Amino acid sequence: MRNIGPILTVVAAIFVLWYAGAVALNASWAYDKAKRANVEITFSEMVADTMNQKKPKLPAPHQVGREIWKTTGEMVVKGRAFSKRSLIYHSWITLSATLLGFAMGTALGVSLSVGIVYNRTMDMSVMPWVIASQTIPILAIAPMIIVVLNAIGISGLLPKAVISMYLSFFPVVVGMVKGLRSPDHMMVDQMKTWSAGKGQEFWKLRLPSSMPFLFPSLKVAMAASLVGAIVGELPTGAVAGLGARLLAGSYYGQTIQIWSALITAAALAAALVAIIGVIQKVVLKRMGMA
Amino acid sequence: MNDTVISAKNLSLTFETNDGPVHALKDINLDINKGDFVSFIGPSGCGKTTFLRCMADLEQPTAGEISVNGVSPTEARKSRAYGYVFQHAGLYPWRTIGGNIRLPLEIMGIGRAEQDKSVQEVLELVHLEGFENKFPWQLSGGMQQRASIARALAFQADILLMDEPFGALDEIVRDHLNEQLLELWARTNKTIGFVTHSIPEAVYLSTKIVVMSPRPGRIHDVIESTLPKERPLDIRDSPEFIEIAHRVRDGLRAGHGDD
Repeated sequence: MRNIGPILTVVAAIFVLWYAGAVALNASWAYDKAKRANVEITFSEMVADTMNQKKPKLPAPHQVGREIWKTTGEMVVKGRAFSKRSLIYHSWITLSATLLGFAMGTALGVSLSVGIVYNRTMDMSVMPWVIASQTIPILAIAPMIIVVLNAIGISGLLPKAVISMYLSFFPVVVGMVKGLRSPDHMMVDQMKTWSAGKGQEFWKLRLPSSMPFLFPSLKVAMAASLVGAIVGELPTGAVAGLGARLLAGSYYGQTIQIWSALITAAALAAALVAIIGVIQKVVLKRMGMA
Repeated sequence: MNDTVISAKNLSLTFETNDGPVHALKDINLDINKGDFVSFIGPSGCGKTTFLRCMADLEQPTAGEISVNGVSPTEARKSRAYGYVFQHAGLYPWRTIGGNIRLPLEIMGIGRAEQDKSVQEVLELVHLEGFENKFPWQLSGGMQQRASIARALAFQADILLMDEPFGALDEIVRDHLNEQLLELWARTNKTIGFVTHSIPEAVYLSTKIVVMSPRPGRIHDVIESTLPKERPLDIRDSPEFIEIAHRVRDGLRAGHGDD
């Protein structure tokens, strides 16, 4: 409960800045409209107008809030939670690609790290490629992946998940290589004095030792995965998903729609990372390491 | 019956480094008999730990021979002939004390019932009864090291190799653990190899004190202790004890003559 004060302070500061920004950025449009209508508006009239424009440069928080409610809560009340106009539907589309990509990325990342730690050739050769893969802008490579996979008849969820995987395996490899190498020489020698096999060394020493490194990596990977899923939705022609909402919003200048999709994506990421945080707490507590 | 447990003949180990070869061990000859408590003492760099690690198959000698229980150290390690205690307790933080002691037994594929029995036995040997379900961080440094010794004892190896096990502990705890170690040795009749750089510790514990000197690492003197097997702590004030300690100190000084 001690944390609630600082958190609320920061949230309040963000809202103040956001409102101030909305007034500043939308003011010129308010004045333009008044000029065309040949009326003089006072400062307070202008402020009132900037809060409720149809296509504001920066929508005010309450406009975004109202839009999110209209496309989520209200749809649920009307029993159309999964209609194509509902953000819940679009979030689910993005979430499913995120989760699949995250699972694939984690699996790929863990396997690569095991290979790097146990195989000298992989140790010498894989890491530079892993790093190089992340220096390529994902926006450039995403359409290629979609096109190539489409050409061999794979479309829909999987291509997006592959893009998520492409982004999310990286932090897992880096974290797990560090984690699997975290036991010191003495502990490895100790295993040797008991004539432990490679498998026993892995399951009983290296893997448990890597847990404190795994979870922070997973948090980064989850956030990257969501970005990957959204980016993956852009070149498919904005069919469905939060990325599609962003793209459609920008086609038609629907800033309120863009911002509500952005905020929803942020909330989704925060929730996913928080879930990993809870799992981390439970696991490390049970292991006596927290 | 031949009761030599560990035997080194002309044992040498040279590390190749960027600054040229380092002679960690040179022409070491030593026999350790069953039931001996042998201490290795000497300044840092004299190869005492390296010698112990050779016995444990953690280092490979570059010349000479060494046998443990009549076979090579590798075979001895694979037949789990020795328990090794490191300078730091090295308990796994995610396992309880019981779980830590169970660890080598799990690795060796010993059944659960047998594991439970061994854990209780060795906990009693190191006086840690009732701490089975505590995590390592809940124990003091001395208790952690006792748990680590219990773990090395758990699989009934006849040889116990200890590399400065009490080096990181304070004097009072150390005295206490030395006393307990002697008691444990008397009860189990194990052969113990013990690396230390404390003269009183070496003299108090050992039946045989091996004084080593550095550059190259070799044996300077082997002192057979004349102290009785039964050793209360105040034996350290007896003339006999002081005499042996004196001889050890002289040996260390002579071996260090070049610097």
